[in-house]
Amino acid sequence: MIRFVSLRLLRALVTILAVMTFAFVVLRMSGDPAEVLLGPDVPQNVIDAFRKQWGLDAPLWQQYLSYLGAIFSGDFGLSMRDRSPAIDLVMERIPATLQLTIPALLLKLGIGIPAGIYAALHRDSALDRGVIFLAILGFTIPSFVMGLVLVLIFAVTLGVLPSGGIGTWQHAILPAITISIGGIGILARFSRSAMIEVLGQPYIRTASAKGVKWRDVVRGHALPNAAVPIVTIVGFMVGSLIAGAVVVETIFSWPGIGRLLIVSVSNRDLAVVQCILLLIAAVMVVSNLVVDLLYGWLDPRLRAQPAH
Amino acid sequence: MTFANPSETPTRRRGVLRAATSVPPAVGFGMLWLALMVLCALFANWVRPYDITQMDLSARLSPPGTPGHWLGTDELGRDVLSRLIQSVRVSLVIAFGATIISAVFGTTLGFLAAQFRGVVEHFVVMLADFQAALPFLIMSLAVLAFFGSSMWLLVCLMGFYGWERYARIARGLAISAGAQGYAAAVVQLGATPRRVYLHHILPNVASTLIVSMTLTFPEIILMESGLSFLGLGVQPPETSLGNMVGFGREYLTTAPWIMLGPAVVIMLTTLSISLVGDWLRDKLDPTIR
Repeated sequence: MIRFVSLRLLRALVTILAVMTFAFVVLRMSGDPAEVLLGPDVPQNVIDAFRKQWGLDAPLWQQYLSYLGAIFSGDFGLSMRDRSPAIDLVMERIPATLQLTIPALLLKLGIGIPAGIYAALHRDSALDRGVIFLAILGFTIPSFVMGLVLVLIFAVTLGVLPSGGIGTWQHAILPAITISIGGIGILARFSRSAMIEVLGQPYIRTASAKGVKWRDVVRGHALPNAAVPIVTIVGFMVGSLIAGAVVVETIFSWPGIGRLLIVSVSNRDLAVVQCILLLIAAVMVVSNLVVDLLYGWLDPRLRAQPAH
Repeated sequence: MTFANPSETPTRRRGVLRAATSVPPAVGFGMLWLALMVLCALFANWVRPYDITQMDLSARLSPPGTPGHWLGTDELGRDVLSRLIQSVRVSLVIAFGATIISAVFGTTLGFLAAQFRGVVEHFVVMLADFQAALPFLIMSLAVLAFFGSSMWLLVCLMGFYGWERYARIARGLAISAGAQGYAAAVVQLGATPRRVYLHHILPNVASTLIVSMTLTFPEIILMESGLSFLGLGVQPPETSLGNMVGFGREYLTTAPWIMLGPAVVIMLTTLSISLVGDWLRDKLDPTIR
């Protein structure tokens, strides 16, 4: 068990390091932030001074090493726009994003999983078909189309909800619904198929043959076993709490991480983009790690063969 | 035993006949729609009534149903139908190219992992971890914004979408094929690994891989249209479905038809592929029976 956990931890660290390296190399290789930030008509000596000031004139490996060193001492660099620490810029946007993604996650869990389980328990009924169809529809509608259609209906035509911006709780309704639709569809479909697979297992037949009430069979035997694959998907959704709202934040001009990322990317604000990528990867890796460790707790069989 | 009931044969034959003809209506619709889209993509240059950049400033923002512009015109008086047809072509070409790249790349890595195990396998798993750690949209956003978007870069980048699924499937199936004896038998006969994988294992796992291609394809369409919507995918004057929705968004209140046409096409296309793909999986994939 200890070997399993330490192996997973090591892999998580390597993954984060790989993301950091990838972000660093791609961002440095792809053009000079000096030209974008200062404009095209700036004399060469100003550009040189700018590059020297931000350490962009050093060889790439030197920049990389000093970047790594700074990260390990907790320094995430300064924004090239306004010289404030990148980490502060990023941190102050997180609450806004979570205001959308956490309600959306609750909607996904609260609607998706029950719908899928209900459909599985009433397999091939009209309701089951309805759930499948709505689920497929849910994740084939792109979020930007969904968002714009909701705006067209509820903000433009009916005028009952605001079409964008942040402020009252009403502002969060449309974006949160938009984010959740796809996830509801995925979870419903996934829990349905997980449940159907479990219901076909011999131990379910045994349990109901020995006279256990169907309700108890479902609660005591089917649900815990169906939980393992569902937890994987939920873990992925928790991991994307920070990153999952880029498009929707753009549609609803919501000042979260996604907006910051888009703006910083187009400004070539290296430190801020790197900081966001690192944060996103870290959250994702940690939630995957937690899911991996949860497996052992949910399914004792997996403890015996921890290699994969 | 089979002769005990002489009436069984006709029943069974009718059953087979029914299985062949009874495509569910939704799947049938999906197939028709996809056929229409493919025809649109193949013959875009002949079907398009106007050139996609041809402006008619006197007929700006005409609503759908205007003679000559059946789906209306946009803010520069360009024909929405013509742009829609071209968009279908661009989006499908990108998604198709990317799906192929992703399938070939992923399957190759999966086979390599199955053949060499050890370090190679760990490396492939690490790459998959990396892919899972950085959401694809975020990664492409960073790459496209900093490198500038071009059609080739877009196709190649999208080609990295979902490769890890093929890798996992190919690796798993190749390992189990190795255990089934037929692969070992041809190895005994002196076949090179290349021959074993391409001529013996690949045909046996192809149906599963094709099914996962039908799952990746709509996701790539959604990913590309999302990036184009954000202004980072296909660049004007070229057009794509997401790109049209993105620009149409500014005329949401005054001219919603600019946005609704491509939005409906994206939805119907991804929905059709999902329906047909699911149906195919039930028919073809031996692993879920």
